[in-house]
Order: sequence, then C-alpha cells, then structure tokens
Amino acid sequence: MSDILLSTQDVERSYHMGGELVHAVRGVSLDVARGDYAAIVGPSGCGKSTLLNLIGGIDRPDAGSVTIDGERIDRMADRDATRFRLLHIGFVFQRFYLMPALTALENVELPMAEAKVPSAERQRRARDLLAYVGLAGRRDHRPSQLSGGEQQRVAIARALANEPRILLADEPTGELDAKTGREMIDLLAQVNRDGTTILVVTHDEHLALAARRVVHMRDGVIVDDRRQDAT
Amino acid sequence: MLLRLVWATLSRHRSRTLLAILGVAVSAAMLLDMVMLSSGMRVSFRDLFVATGFQIRIAPKGTLPFDTDATIPDAAAVVARLRAMDGIAVVSPVLGGQLHVERDGRSVSSTALGVDPAVQGDYELEEGREPRAPNEIVGNEDFLTAVGARVGDTLSGAAGFDPQLRAVSGQRLLTVVGRGRFLYLASGQRAVALPIATLQAMRGAAANDRVSLMMLRTAPSANVDSLLTRIEAAVPTVTAISIETAMRQVDERLSYFRQLAFILGAVSLAVGFLLVTTLVTVSVNERLGEIIVMRAIGVARGRIVQQIVLEGIVIMVVGALAGLGLGLVTARYLNSILASFPGLPAAIDFFLFQPRDAWMALGLLTVAGILAGIYPSWRGASLPIAVTLREEAIG
Repeated sequence: MSDILLSTQDVERSYHMGGELVHAVRGVSLDVARGDYAAIVGPSGCGKSTLLNLIGGIDRPDAGSVTIDGERIDRMADRDATRFRLLHIGFVFQRFYLMPALTALENVELPMAEAKVPSAERQRRARDLLAYVGLAGRRDHRPSQLSGGEQQRVAIARALANEPRILLADEPTGELDAKTGREMIDLLAQVNRDGTTILVVTHDEHLALAARRVVHMRDGVIVDDRRQDAT
Repeated sequence: MLLRLVWATLSRHRSRTLLAILGVAVSAAMLLDMVMLSSGMRVSFRDLFVATGFQIRIAPKGTLPFDTDATIPDAAAVVARLRAMDGIAVVSPVLGGQLHVERDGRSVSSTALGVDPAVQGDYELEEGREPRAPNEIVGNEDFLTAVGARVGDTLSGAAGFDPQLRAVSGQRLLTVVGRGRFLYLASGQRAVALPIATLQAMRGAAANDRVSLMMLRTAPSANVDSLLTRIEAAVPTVTAISIETAMRQVDERLSYFRQLAFILGAVSLAVGFLLVTTLVTVSVNERLGEIIVMRAIGVARGRIVQQIVLEGIVIMVVGALAGLGLGLVTARYLNSILASFPGLPAAIDFFLFQPRDAWMALGLLTVAGILAGIYPSWRGASLPIAVTLREEAIG
C-alpha cells in the first residue's frame, strides 16, 4: 500500500464572483503518495487552482477535509497553518512573485530566515539551491535583472528552501516561452526524482505528460485520474 | 533579513522615500519648535529668577513686582524687620523710576533702578564698578549710546520731566562708573542703576522711604513657604512671592503661547502622521501581490506588519533627525525676531533647546510612525490569500 502524503476527502469550496455563487470544487477526494508527481489538468474555471489553494492551506474548504502527512491543515488556526506552510509546503506561482527589492540569494533565504535558520546555514543552503536550479552565477541579481525562466528557477529554489514535504505549483510554465517551459519541466522532474512530492496545476500538456499521474477536473469534480508510469 | 527587506523596499523608490523624509523633516522641525516654545519661555523665566539667587520677591500688597506704580512705605523699617527674621540672609530693596538726561536739546528718558549696590540682583557689570558714592550710576549699552556717554563721564540727570513746560525735577550731576547688562529689562530698553537713597531723594516726597520691590535671599535651611506666611504676617502692607508663585503667574500669562504651541505642534504631528500613512498605504497597495505571496509561503502576519511598520518608523526617525537640525535653525531665527517682543526681558528665550524636547519630538514622531504603519500593514497582511492571489493574477 502506498504511503499517502496528501489526502482530500469530499472537499467543497464555493465563492462569490461578480455577484454569482461559483461552486469551484464539489466534493473532491484525492490521495497523493509520498514521492509522487501529480498534475491536475482541466479547462479554465474547472476548480483546479482552488483545489491547490485548499491543499496548500491558503484557503479553507466549506466542507470536507485536507490532510497532509496526517495533519488536518483545514482545521488549523491561521497562525498554525502559516507555520505549516512555511515548514512543509513549497509554493511556485505562475507569476513567480519574487521580492523585487531582494537579490536571488536573498529571495531564497527569505523562508529560511522566517524559519529562523541561522544566517550562515541559510546562506550556504540558498547558494546550494541556486546552484541546483542552475543559477549559481546569478545569485546577486535582482528579479528585474533575470529572465522569466531564471525568475521561475529562483522561485523553485525558494519553494525548496525549507525542504518541504510537498511542492505545489500553479501553472509554473504559464508565463514562459516553449523552450524555457521545457527547461522548467525538466527541472521539476529532477526535483521529484530527488525525492520531493510534487502537485502541479497546469494547462501545459507537456508539463502534464512529464508527471507520473494526471488528474482531470471539470466543473469542480475529478473526471479522470490515471497514472502514466508503472510505479 | 527584516531590516534588509525594509531597506531594500525603501530604496526601491528613492525619490518617493526622499520626498516623504523631507516632508516629515519639515513637520518634525515645526513640532520641535513648538515643543521648544511651549517649555522654553517657562524654563527661561525660571532660570532668570533663579540666576541671581533671590528666592522671594516682596511687592506692595496685592501686586506683582513692577506691575503697578505702587510702592512699599516705611521701607527702611520693613528692610530692618526682614533682616531680623530667621531664615532671611539678604534683603535687596529696589525702587523704580525714570532718569531724564538732556542731550542735543532733547530729553533722553531711561528706566532708573535705585538699588543697594552691595546686594543688588538686577544687573551684571560688564565694565567699570558698582556705584559706591551717591552721585554714581551704572548704565546699560542702550543708555550710554543714547546719551553719548562713556564710563567716567558726568551727566546731568533728573528724576522728573514735564515735556510741556520742559521743566525737570530732582536734577543732579551723575558720574557713570560702570556699564551693565540689566537682567529683567526688554531688549533696547535704556536703563541705569544708582544707589536707592539717591533715587529716593531725586524723586522727592513721593518716594521718600519707599521701595517698589524687595528681593530676599533665604538661608539654605529656610522653608520658603513658611517664610512667605511669616513675612506677610509681620508686614501686612506687602505680598511675598516665591519663585513657585511667580512661575504660576508666568504660566498663567504664557498660557496663550502654550496653547498656540500645542495646537501647531499637534497639527505638525498630524501632518507627519498623514504623510507617512499615505506613503505606507500607497506602498502596501502597490505590493499586495508580494505581501500575499509572503503570507502564502509561510511568513507570519506579524512579521509582515513588523516590516511595514518599520518602514514607517524609518521614514519618521530619519525625517525627525533631519527636522531636528532644521528646527534648531528656524528656532534660532525666530528667537532673534522675538527677542524684541515688548514687555518681556531680553534674557528670555522663546525657543530654548533642551535635549528633553528633542527626545519628546523624536518619541512623538516614532509613535506616529508606528501608528501610521499599523493600519495599512495589518490590512495588507489580513487580506484573504487565495482571493487576493486570484485578483492579482487577473489584474
């Protein structure tokens, strides 16, 4: 039996948008095994980003449960959920969202500083992570001095800073050209091979094909869930 | 890391940060000046009272020193009675009057103070010596310039002058033996001091054995409050005033200045507060995406509030330090203008710098900086993460 890292049970989430109630997620149950690489795909508005937000503890379900490594993140107080995200979940966003005033190295250091990792240790780790994502020579550059692909690499290094149990990525190739997108796909595959569980939300079929498992969503529910490898 | 982030954020929009700091500096300068104004005159008056070491003033019953033309009768007996009282070390009588000196066909009038030169506390000698003989006087620079005299010159002076009849009374030849700085007189006011008996004689019967004021130096162990009661009981024709009583009178008379200073100081503080609040709010609104992502990756709400509040404090403190210098320069300039304020001793400073004032201004601005940052930062850090991310992505 697989070692389940992430489990959602009958998760529901609705919100108001433009005066209308949108049922974004309708009773989704999903298990992701430790070390797995899953991609959630589906048309715009199908609820995949909302589901990712619920899994990441940055939104709360109206019903159902979200458990990561045995801990109910949906029941945590804001402060505990924040701490849990810091230590156990890595986020990568479509728009990178690096701190423009900080260098690449400082951006990677930021979550470690919040986690109170000693200065020398966090600098060493930030340097190692930047080297890991292929940016050893760009660590003193600010985001405005980096290309989109480089910024997304920094964002991945930042997400890995506190050695999270799971990496959540929302359209990580959405703002990149095809060539850079492929490089990003390779990098995420490498991160997974090196032991990090990954859950991505994407429209990018190349990215979805790189995952070991593809979950299809439509109208807030999972309509298909299949593995692409033999694990 | 927190300080690094604050510095990096502030230096990202250098011009805007610099303009905000300049705005705060102007506001801080105004605040410092108002704090100096509200306490400066009071401290200055107290220093003036304390400087000559006289703790008690005796004035005619129901009056303040030199507030009216009233005088204390039987002065010699009163002085003798006071000198005999326990706890009184020195009694210095003063009679006020005028001295008119003829120069180039016109009369130059000056304030004249009849004093006991051995124990007087009305002026400090700058040149020459005290008037020891009955016909000797000490004048201030304004008097000597007006009459064209120097130390050593002899003048013809009168205690009374009728401008319509051009008649003088109580005229005498007086020799200038010293030049002094009169402590309680206004800037530009001409003044002379001469032995009290001489001035009493020159003024004639109206001033015979009368004084306007007596200043008392108490013994070190004396209880001033009990002395006041004893003096008024022993001499019913006088009012005894301690420095504390005098300061209460000063406070009463300066209350308009203090209210003005308070209002303008509060306005300055409010302007600085609004300036920083506006800047921090604009900055937070511009950085909502960054702030929300920091929340998403696990940075605590309190840490974000801390960072943004610190930005406000940095602007306030740097602006306040710049404003401190600006405030001192403007205070000096304003002081020079107000030095000739009518009816106030020239020795009084309107804007007296005390380190306590600077600390108070700095403290008020720091508190304002904290308050200015709290609302926008808390608002920014409390936005729902998922909704804001969605809106940012659409925007």
